[in-house]
Amino acid sequence: MAAVQRQIQLPLSKALGIALASLRVRLGRSLLTLLTIIMAIAFLTNIWASRVFEPPMRAAKLAAQGLADVANIEAGGGTSRMVWLISLSLLVCTVGITNAMLMSVMERFREIGTMKCLGALDSFILKLFLIESFLLGLAGSLAGALLGQVVTIALLARNYHGHVFANLPWGSAWLILLASTAIGMTITALAALYPALKAAKMQPIAAMRVEV
Amino acid sequence: MTETMTAPASATPEGREEIVRTIDVVKEYKMGEETLRVLKGINLTIYKGEYISIMGPSGSGKSTLFNAIGGLDKPTSGKVFIDEVDIAQLDALELAWLRCRKIGYIFQTFNLIPVMSALENVKLPMIFAGMSNAEADEKAANILKRVDLGHRLFNKPSQLSGGQQQRVAIARAFANDPAIILADEPTGNLDLNTGKQIITLLKEMNTERQVTVISATHDFKMLDVSDRIIWIRDGNIDKIQRRDEVKIEVGEMH
Repeated sequence: MAAVQRQIQLPLSKALGIALASLRVRLGRSLLTLLTIIMAIAFLTNIWASRVFEPPMRAAKLAAQGLADVANIEAGGGTSRMVWLISLSLLVCTVGITNAMLMSVMERFREIGTMKCLGALDSFILKLFLIESFLLGLAGSLAGALLGQVVTIALLARNYHGHVFANLPWGSAWLILLASTAIGMTITALAALYPALKAAKMQPIAAMRVEV
Repeated sequence: MTETMTAPASATPEGREEIVRTIDVVKEYKMGEETLRVLKGINLTIYKGEYISIMGPSGSGKSTLFNAIGGLDKPTSGKVFIDEVDIAQLDALELAWLRCRKIGYIFQTFNLIPVMSALENVKLPMIFAGMSNAEADEKAANILKRVDLGHRLFNKPSQLSGGQQQRVAIARAFANDPAIILADEPTGNLDLNTGKQIITLLKEMNTERQVTVISATHDFKMLDVSDRIIWIRDGNIDKIQRRDEVKIEVGEMH
């Protein structure tokens, strides 16, 4: 019998494969987390985009009416209030993700314990859950950012009709899209850290437990 | 010139090699202020190729002993040697290797990964062992055919009956050609006939592949195929019997 050796670290591609399969099968449950991210990022993007898109459109509309854009009115309340609202929504989103992921980890105790019995290292389980959350974060943030922009443009169109597309700052739009997505992925990653570590630390004996 | 032949430390006079050895294994749990002694000093030796059943009533310490032997739980004191290696001295990476290559686990609740097909479930430990996808595919398919599930390779656990799921679990346990199979109540969730099939399959694999099978069980059907039976009562070994020493009378067990 060969002497005891050390278990190898699995390449990322293996973890990715299993993570994708898990998400695909658990799509219904993942949807809740996904929606949380989409809503929060859509909200962020909407506020941000409105403040950036509106001034040029407003200027164009007033110019068309022969009026100068004299007053630089801040739309919808002070800056600090906006920052407060956005921060709050992102916080709620983060807490929601952590909660949803913790539930997922707890539900999958037998699966995790069994994988450890088959030889999975702690680091593999960690990678598995982090990849799952990364994929959710990417999909949700991108979808949320796009949704936010679409809603913003739709709302602005009600006021500024024909001036919308001519005066849309496309450069800024792309920037906001990327930045919102990045913010969404960051909060998802932070939110997923604790649940993923909990999963990684689970002992193989969890697979033997009789009750849920 | 005379040569003195010394038998290797692990071989018995009959020439059998040890594969598992426990020395004074004690397991205690702290329940608030009280200490519950579940295992009170277990000494046993299991030889290669044996089919062992650990039997005992609920609360006897059967499962706890099983977990200690399988490296799933550290004893409070005492030593467990698997193939002459003290498992308490192993680090996380070595323990993981042990679980991957040397030991195959079978659970009462089958414990198949629900998101994977039968083939993928059997492949998983092979992937953990570093086998390539193609090799793993072929080997897994062969083992599944051996357990009569060649036609169910791509079914998910939810599409399989209890008996079929347990057969996939058995196939998975043998994936990396382990030296020891640890089965915790393998027939616990199966009906009489399915249970018999599973026990027969386990015995066949035990004989074919010379793999040591250690089973913790309530199921008296297991007695027939066991080489030795270890009776546990109240945290101690009550007695160890060979199969031929067990007398089964109608309605009773001695």
